[in-house]
Amino acid sequence: MTQLQTVENLVGRGNTEGADLFRAWFTELEQTAATGGHAAYVFVMGSMAEILRTFEIPMVFPEINSLQTAIRRVAHQFLNEAEDYGYSPDICGYVKADVALQLRQGDHPMGKVPRPTVAVLTNACNTYVKWAEIWERMYQIPCFVLDVPGTRDIRSQSHPGDPSFENDRLYVEAQIKELINLCEQLTGRKFDIDRLREVLGHANRMNKAWQRVIDLNRTQPSVFNALTDGTIYLGVSNSFRGSSEGSRYFERLQEEMEYKSSQRIGTLTNEQYRLVFVGVPCYPIFRRFNEFFTEWNGTFVNSTYLWFASGGANRAFEYDLTRPLASLSEGTLLSVRDAMDSMFHQDRAVLEIAETFNIDGVVFHPIKSCRTVSTGLADGRRALMSARDIPSLFIESDMMDRRVVSEAQLKNRIDAFFEGLASRRLQQSAKS
Amino acid sequence: MPLPARAVFTDWQAHSSLESILSECKSLLEDMTFPTVRAWRAQGGKVLGHFQVYFPEELAFAAGMLPFKIRGAPLEARHADSHFGSYLCSILKTSLELALSDRVLLDMFVSHPICDAARNLAAIWGRNRDYGCQILYLPQNANSTHASSYLHNEYRRLLDEIEQVTGSTIADDDLRTAITVFNENRSLLRRLYAIKRTTPWLLSVDQAYVLTTIGGLIPRPEHNRLLQTVLPLIAAGESKSKDKIRVVFEGGFCEQPPLELLQTIGRYCYVVDDDLMIGLRWLTEDVPTTGDPLSNLAEAYLNASAYSPVQHDARKPKEHMLLARIRDADADAAIITAAKMCEPGLEEQVAYTFALNQQRIPFFVSEFEENMTSFEQLEIQLETFAENIMFD
Ligand code: SF4
Ligand code: SF4
Repeated sequence: MTQLQTVENLVGRGNTEGADLFRAWFTELEQTAATGGHAAYVFVMGSMAEILRTFEIPMVFPEINSLQTAIRRVAHQFLNEAEDYGYSPDICGYVKADVALQLRQGDHPMGKVPRPTVAVLTNACNTYVKWAEIWERMYQIPCFVLDVPGTRDIRSQSHPGDPSFENDRLYVEAQIKELINLCEQLTGRKFDIDRLREVLGHANRMNKAWQRVIDLNRTQPSVFNALTDGTIYLGVSNSFRGSSEGSRYFERLQEEMEYKSSQRIGTLTNEQYRLVFVGVPCYPIFRRFNEFFTEWNGTFVNSTYLWFASGGANRAFEYDLTRPLASLSEGTLLSVRDAMDSMFHQDRAVLEIAETFNIDGVVFHPIKSCRTVSTGLADGRRALMSARDIPSLFIESDMMDRRVVSEAQLKNRIDAFFEGLASRRLQQSAKS
Repeated sequence: MPLPARAVFTDWQAHSSLESILSECKSLLEDMTFPTVRAWRAQGGKVLGHFQVYFPEELAFAAGMLPFKIRGAPLEARHADSHFGSYLCSILKTSLELALSDRVLLDMFVSHPICDAARNLAAIWGRNRDYGCQILYLPQNANSTHASSYLHNEYRRLLDEIEQVTGSTIADDDLRTAITVFNENRSLLRRLYAIKRTTPWLLSVDQAYVLTTIGGLIPRPEHNRLLQTVLPLIAAGESKSKDKIRVVFEGGFCEQPPLELLQTIGRYCYVVDDDLMIGLRWLTEDVPTTGDPLSNLAEAYLNASAYSPVQHDARKPKEHMLLARIRDADADAAIITAAKMCEPGLEEQVAYTFALNQQRIPFFVSEFEENMTSFEQLEIQLETFAENIMFD
């Protein structure tokens, strides 16, 4: 095989296959909507795909449905409908887009979304709970809150083996068993622990490859854009978690990134600035938002979004298949806790990334819609600045509501940031 | 650890009339130098500040600490503003302001993951203050069979942290004593609220609020003495019933409406029940004083408690709880408020108003901010609302 052929086969494969898988997943959901079978509404931080897949219950990710309305530039229609219905302009836009979707009987730009027959959510975001309460009222369905206790104190952490960790783990394990009971009741199927082992095995393979893919972006030039390509990977990571297609996808993605890394094929032809993204992307102008950075030859090598929106899968917890339930509870606790930490202690996440990704700057992007991710960013930035001399940019907009996205203002701020980076680089080279 | 011996709030004791006592209490509540906390510290006492909504104050009390309820403040967040972005409720900023401006000196801070915004608070507080900043993870799956034993152990973990701050060991009997004190407090507050329900002309919403809320500023035995003194005075009041509508006020579970807003409401309505400072009244029955105290507190939190938009419990759909509150208080209508930018409060408003519509119960919807200073518009709207109901 010539190198050219290899490049043709490999480079960009992850994006194409990711888009194909994503479409296939949606087609399946359409079938569920048509046949009226079970559908679990779940969330990206702690979807409990491992259990739901064991029972073959299709999963709907309302967060993904909502962000797709923004990417497809129709979010404002959905937001307006929900606001007319009574929801405040000041709440999470994802919730409102979903309310409108439910009012439209599931009619989504990508196809028909099935109605929920159960909702499974963690407390990783409190709005998950408020959101699920809406379905509880609309459809009288069971809403299962899987409570995953998070970090208690920024100065210490509990670890497997500690009594307080064990208290949390036992609580999670008890709840997982209760979730299994609920799934048995809903589906009339008996829980099959061997099927769970199989699902966990796929999740292990996916996690391992996902972590390696992220690590490979240490390469210079970086092999994928954490903001744009990363969003595609996240879509697959969530919707195909625990499946053979999902693990195969990530192993093939790893293969692509290993190749790009070894051949020094960057996502940009002339990578100048390596950035970290903190927050949630600006989906209403997603492509343009990214161009504001790439036009300056800046690219995102990592993001806290890759961490928390994969539910902490970046930590690559490996389930022990000899004790599936205990291990699932430990993995859920550690992964979801980690996802929460990368939102609430994002300064630490950035410092960790800065150690090995050779970064030039950090972009903080708090958004109106999401207080979970945004509330601590200003303070996190202060902490980061006092810990390390890394240039940073703080820009506010939204991930859904284009009424609060000022393109011109964003561009001005971003341009000024790059000008600062450029002059800093000049000064540094003059010194050396 | 022994409690400081001297009372920290004595100004009211020189008075015998209800009016004068209430005036002293109001002054204390509005004093942004927090004199009672200072007086406590001056005697060598330690202070545990806890953010809204519920905190098992018995734990701090048993350790000899002053449990201080952090409920924001009507002041400018000059120091805290730069630590937050936009689109946030005010209580978060002004609560941090109390700490950053050194208005309130704490030995420990505890918050709870009540909402997306507040769950960031412990990290922010911890990055800016040297004392311990803990999150108490109250169970958010109140329906799990394991929630109670989890919570027992979570209380135990927090108690260990408190012991490290005070340097003393807390015995079960210390906890039982604390529970006894707080049971009495809760019972007195229930009596206060019974007056609101049965003879609301004897106690306006703002007066009841002042009397309830200062409990978060002073040691509970002092609050108990105060309530024991004022309750008979209130009951002996001579005010006559006026032609006002009976309403339930909902939306005061976290950020607090300004006193003036409550006074405005009180001019047109009898607020016969509310969720103002519901955390101080979260446990609705006496907690048993025999047996394992932490288990008793955990059970009470889960099974004998109020409701709020920040707790999910399949047994307590919130709109049903609101309807029950309205029914139990024999109210004609409801005032459904939310703090500006409060995600859970604003979301709950929709469910509440749908349920009220269905039941054909009149309601008045509004938003407030602890710092708001203009009430004219609200007053006009309230007057119209009340008149519409009275002359319907
Ligand atoms: S508040 Fe943020 S994390 Fe929560 S559902 Fe909305 S966008 Fe997602
Ligand atoms: S007022 Fe609402 S948003 Fe603000 S801290 Fe309280 S519950 Fe959270």
